Amino acid sequence: MRIRAQIGMVLNLDKCIGCHTCSVTCKNVWTSRDGVEYAWFNNVETKPGTGYPTDWENQKRWKGGWERTKAGKLQPKQGSKWRILSNIFANPSMPEIDDYYEPFDFDYDHLKSAPEMEAFPTARPRSKITGERIEKIEKGPNWEEILGGEFSKRSEDYNFEGIQKEIYGEYENTFMMYLPRLCEHCLNPACASSCPSGAIYKREEDGIVLIDQEKCRGWRMCVSGCPYKKIYYNWESGKSEKCTLCYPRIESGNPTVCSETCVGRIRYLGVMLYDADKIEDAANMENEQDLYDAQLGVFLDPRDPVVIETARADGIPEDWIKAAQESPIWKMAMEWKVAFPLHPEYRTLPMVWYIPPLSPIQNAAEAGAIGTDGGMPDVKNLRIPVKYLANMLTAGDEEPVVHALERMLAMRSYMRTKTIEGVIDEAIAARVGLSGRVIEDMYKIMALADYEDRFVIPTTHREQVEEAYDLRGGCGFTDTNGCGGGSTKGSLFGGSKRPLKMPTEAM
Amino acid sequence: MFANFDIDFIIFGIMPYAALTILVVGSIARYDRDQFTWKSSSSQLLRRKQLIWGSILFHVGIITVFFGHLVGLFTPVWVLDAIGVPYWVKQWMAVLIGGPAGIAALIGATILLHRRLADSRIRMTSSWADIIIMVLIWWQLVIGLLTITQTLQHMDGAEMVRFMTWSQSIVSWNLNAWAMVVDVHWLYKLHIFLGLIITALFPFTRLVHMVSGFAAPFRYLLRPGYQLVRSRRQKPLPKRAAPKATPAE
Repeated sequence: MRIRAQIGMVLNLDKCIGCHTCSVTCKNVWTSRDGVEYAWFNNVETKPGTGYPTDWENQKRWKGGWERTKAGKLQPKQGSKWRILSNIFANPSMPEIDDYYEPFDFDYDHLKSAPEMEAFPTARPRSKITGERIEKIEKGPNWEEILGGEFSKRSEDYNFEGIQKEIYGEYENTFMMYLPRLCEHCLNPACASSCPSGAIYKREEDGIVLIDQEKCRGWRMCVSGCPYKKIYYNWESGKSEKCTLCYPRIESGNPTVCSETCVGRIRYLGVMLYDADKIEDAANMENEQDLYDAQLGVFLDPRDPVVIETARADGIPEDWIKAAQESPIWKMAMEWKVAFPLHPEYRTLPMVWYIPPLSPIQNAAEAGAIGTDGGMPDVKNLRIPVKYLANMLTAGDEEPVVHALERMLAMRSYMRTKTIEGVIDEAIAARVGLSGRVIEDMYKIMALADYEDRFVIPTTHREQVEEAYDLRGGCGFTDTNGCGGGSTKGSLFGGSKRPLKMPTEAM
Repeated sequence: MFANFDIDFIIFGIMPYAALTILVVGSIARYDRDQFTWKSSSSQLLRRKQLIWGSILFHVGIITVFFGHLVGLFTPVWVLDAIGVPYWVKQWMAVLIGGPAGIAALIGATILLHRRLADSRIRMTSSWADIIIMVLIWWQLVIGLLTITQTLQHMDGAEMVRFMTWSQSIVSWNLNAWAMVVDVHWLYKLHIFLGLIITALFPFTRLVHMVSGFAAPFRYLLRPGYQLVRSRRQKPLPKRAAPKATPAE
């Protein structure tokens, strides 16, 4: 057993209202620069839809993630190391910018500088790459917002696998949900494994996956390697970039920008302890539907005395162990089993998990048949097909998703009975294998979602690993190139180029 | 020794040292001072069209040609004699391997150059250095292929041995090296001159990615496993005894 800590995230899709505040605040902080206008470290997709970049879930096309070879070996879906190296001149599985969208801006200036005309002046679009006029915008960052576009296109959604999807194109049967997406900070990251330069790494202390901008050489194997398409090639700098899980904030105990600004309070951040020795086996399960359970098996119970003892020996700070014990992620993923990994079949062991959304009962007749005695509707009647959610969250295994949805319905039912009728109905809780006390805890964390309950983030203990004295007078966060600001004070071979001239007298 | 300060001496006697010095010092300086700019500058994201064929043809061709020159020029002549390879055989090998590889590289370079100049996305995002180096390499390939027409007129390999001697004299600090190539056809001279220009431009252009490209297979294949985990720890963790308690079930 080799214990490491990871900051994990859970998104409660049941509460996501699709407002894109997460995406916009993230963009303002991280990607409002040349070369990454098209990149959204966080984006929100309306499902069903083909997403951003288009068709990203289709790994037959993009070769993202891992596969189990016939010999039972785990290797990147792009191929062995040799195969990946042979694609270095031209990567056959890499999306083009048009698969995301060509970034554009509008001629706003024309609105005030146009001469007097018959018609109102308009602000027409212009490409951010070439500066040329775009006659027609063909795609944008959220092109399928609220089921935009025709069903025939949207229904190419990979999650319709094994579903008779035609009926969901009918107005009466249509359904939708939001899926906010960011880097999964996987336990078994396919991006890192496909980087020939070794520029992508996972941080030991908090599991954040980062790209070393100095070491990245622009071979772009990570872009295709990541099955979530959350690595973006900066066409201006020629380096790949990705979500950093706002590590400067996380290190100081603050939630990520997307989590902090989430108006629906759907995001949770917390510590998970895991056994690094189990990763390979867990990612290499023969049956894809066993991958979810296998990943649960990688996590370690932070209250187990053996785990605590080993964690201490492995250098995990005391407050991290304590945070792991109070982790909302642990509660939702492990105790209540309501959160699931996104596409476990990619075998990356992702660490951003999702609580599936409830949806209206499918037909009015059945809705009317529901009593107020706490009787629960069959989750099979929910408007969003369970199979669809299962394809997204459990490699198609419906049982865990049904189980989670039932618990969420039970939570509603129990709390409704409690607050409206003043009755504590333990039977409702018992029906889904919980107790009233647990349900109230679920309600506190999932429904009320206070700030302190959502974000249990210990600070990074730099003092344990760095000599603070060596860092005095350091330059803090810089935009690569060490502390350089473009001007060079020392000569190339050390020493001072010119003595510093100071004004000899103060005015 | 410095009796003849003519243009041949400057180009074939002095310039190789200047170019190699700029190459080495410039590359070290760039790697050390501004590694962030050390990259392949791939434009595949912006336009896939033309890149797949152009890039593969160009790179496979030029790498073959590059190593052909390296091995061909720097294998000592006595090694050839020792292993019993007649000069004309080596000359034919150079033509038969280098010719097709050069043609592949030229086709690729033509596609890439066309893409770079004609495709507005690539054109607008190209630096001057990107365009200039591409044009220079294109001309270098054309001239290199044209020299084959001269080579075919004297397939005994004597000319080739002169170039071998020249390049080996350069690296062994023989300042009379330039004399070896004074009388060769001007196409060869132009080819060498352009080659030295490209060598000198190397550290200032995207060509630096060659170094990373040659290093990548070693880095990647020798990396144990796939994943990289970085730790801030300055000292490794103390060796720990296995926990005594049994796991709580």
